[in-house]
Amino acid sequence: MSKRHWEDFKPGSVVVHGPRLVTREEIVAFAAEFDPQSMHLDETAAAATLLGGLAASGWHSCCILMRIIADGFINESNSMGAPGVDEVRWLKPLRPGTRVRVRTTVLETRASSSRPEIGFVKCLFEMLDEQDTVLTTLTSPLMMRRREVARP
Amino acid sequence: MKYFEDIGVGERTAVGRHTFTADEIKAFATRFDPQPFHVDERAAERSHFGRLAASGWHSAVAWMRLMVAERRRQTEAARRLNEPVAAIGPALGLRDLKWLKPVYVGDTITYESEVIETRVSKSRPNLGLLTVRSTGVNQHGELVISFISTTFVERRPVNK
Repeated sequence: MSKRHWEDFKPGSVVVHGPRLVTREEIVAFAAEFDPQSMHLDETAAAATLLGGLAASGWHSCCILMRIIADGFINESNSMGAPGVDEVRWLKPLRPGTRVRVRTTVLETRASSSRPEIGFVKCLFEMLDEQDTVLTTLTSPLMMRRREVARP
Repeated sequence: MKYFEDIGVGERTAVGRHTFTADEIKAFATRFDPQPFHVDERAAERSHFGRLAASGWHSAVAWMRLMVAERRRQTEAARRLNEPVAAIGPALGLRDLKWLKPVYVGDTITYESEVIETRVSKSRPNLGLLTVRSTGVNQHGELVISFISTTFVERRPVNK
């Protein structure tokens, strides 16, 4: 099957990718490497914080989400990365032992006005736990190559 | 970390700098963002990046790592002076994260953060919320990353 292009993404479409088990070991390893705050490293210290117990770094949640969507559909698309992220909300802590999935909703698609070979696919990504509780939301316009270059 | 009441809008922190190596770019992307232009030099050459470029998440978490180290230095300095240390975190989220230029192999990114808003939390009035704009500039002086994050910070205890 050929890789998906910008034209293949339809506003309103919803797909879910995962699940993926997030272990205590990887939460602590990520934190030790990139976000060594005690609330991500140590149960006792974490219990005294607003998180109320050990939880993944918010950046780790973003990275896990990225990996799930990369495996889920981005690497099967003509992705050109993303210019940024409109918003990330860390709504609930991501605890060790959670099996997460990512629900992707296409919010809108638009052709680039300056570059006819690309288009933007604005997506809402929601990280869900086993009970479908939304832990993290992330909104970002993905850049995708167009199937046919629009000619002026 | 200083208490919420002692932090003012416009306050800047020199967060630190980080140089991105090819091995590190590929190792990070293999784990978290395995798009061809982040993990494979030859695929990157054929892509719009032209050469191997770091995942945008990599250039963001490099800031976090440096910021935690900077806060630790501030905490140690305060402890030496017997000053109290306020708790910070977790963050509520971020917005307007922009990857403005690619981060290529060998690039050194210098990060800075500036307080742009302070307000008392409505849901947790014993805590303040600190909104910070963070930026990363490469060795050519080009802005490569920018984002705004909001984090809880402890308020100065009221004497009873």
